[in-house]
Amino acid sequence: MTDKQRVCVTVNGRRYERWVEPRLTLVDFLRHELHLGGTHVGCEHGICGLCTVLIDGRSGRSCLTLAVQVDGAEVTTIESLRDPSTGALHPIQQAFVDAHGLQCGFCTPGFIMTTVELLRENPDPSDEEIKRALDGNLCRCTGYQSILASVRLAARRLREGREA
Amino acid sequence: MIPAAFEYLRPRSLEEAVACLLQREPGTAAILAGGMSLIPAMKLRLARPATLVDIVRLRGLAGIVRSAEHLRIGALTTHAALGGAPELARYPVFAETAGVVADPQIRHRGTLGGSLAYAHPAADWPAVFLALQGEAQLFGPQGRRSVPAEDFFTGIFETTIGAGEILTEIRFPSVRERSGAAYSRMCLQASGMALVGVAAQIMLDAEGRIDHASIGVTGVNAVPFRARSLEMRLRGVLPAAAALRDLCATGIPEAEPLSDPHAAADYRLQMLRIHAERALGRAFERARAAVPGLGYSAPVTRDGEPVVRP
Repeated sequence: MTDKQRVCVTVNGRRYERWVEPRLTLVDFLRHELHLGGTHVGCEHGICGLCTVLIDGRSGRSCLTLAVQVDGAEVTTIESLRDPSTGALHPIQQAFVDAHGLQCGFCTPGFIMTTVELLRENPDPSDEEIKRALDGNLCRCTGYQSILASVRLAARRLREGREA
Repeated sequence: MIPAAFEYLRPRSLEEAVACLLQREPGTAAILAGGMSLIPAMKLRLARPATLVDIVRLRGLAGIVRSAEHLRIGALTTHAALGGAPELARYPVFAETAGVVADPQIRHRGTLGGSLAYAHPAADWPAVFLALQGEAQLFGPQGRRSVPAEDFFTGIFETTIGAGEILTEIRFPSVRERSGAAYSRMCLQASGMALVGVAAQIMLDAEGRIDHASIGVTGVNAVPFRARSLEMRLRGVLPAAAALRDLCATGIPEAEPLSDPHAAADYRLQMLRIHAERALGRAFERARAAVPGLGYSAPVTRDGEPVVRP
């Protein structure tokens, strides 16, 4: 057996310290060690995008990242989006609800985290830019048109919210 | 899918990393960079290193440096960084290639050096590495050495990197006037890998004829290769579209195409001709347009085609 390694990581603004096996992936670390089940596990080999989280602000695959690799890093997951005081959904989450960007919802946390990154860097993306940004996320039930519409709606609401 | 257990080391210097590798049984320790290829292989237990040496935090191994003679890219530079680097404005082939590697999440963590050292037979960067006549800078127990692109790949997932050696930097000759390079590929939609990928670099003489061409091919043979005979035939040619098409149609004898469930060998050969023609065509356009100080970095789709906006 191999020795456990210490991992100090900030997740959604809270600092955690755990001793883990080096082979533990970040997504299993989030789900099993920190009990943050919002990040889903899909293909487990870096194709489907379900497990997308932000690592130091950039979208990454938590199924292909070891927990030991994020030692010292800042990780942001879907759980960070809801307003902590009112419990209201984040505008991107609400847009996915309103524009029917999900059916079963299994892929949704990945799509939304990728959208968080996209709209932070590009508040008014073209359809082509949205498609390119979401290239690494798969949905097997809704189809992509309503997801595209959700991102467009979220972008519009966020822009309007900023102006208001 | 859970990898077999392994020992995890995070050395603080390149020297320490080399020592870590040398202290283990030969072939049992692997270098971990972005991990975007190695970790899935370990999850499938296609790779079972007993030790992972994580070098991703070592200083000085990421970044782009331009000098009069060379373009130097640190091995740990990510695909995403290569896609948006202002230093590479005169090397649009990097943004073009970085933009088609896998998907955004992979590009944020995966590295150029990792891709070359992993030597997947359908990876994109080996074609560019060959066409731009790069050199791999290795650091090891005997110090530093430099390996030309053509000697770097030795087999499927095999390179010339020796025991205890680490790829630290990839070096390219600086861009010359009247030169241009491009990458064109056919993409396997499910995996994002290249079914066929061709990178081409063209240098024109004062009359606009091809003075020198170099062509790197990935996804076709077990090992990426230079299409030397086509390069020779291109010499002195005025590269009009018809001329390029005719020359590519005469074939690429170095190709010994793989046949697999994705594509039969003759289909790969057909796609190779088409993508050679496209890469050469775009390289020529860029060579013609290349005026020092003027960048070109139009966005491209996953297949390397220019993005057309309505």
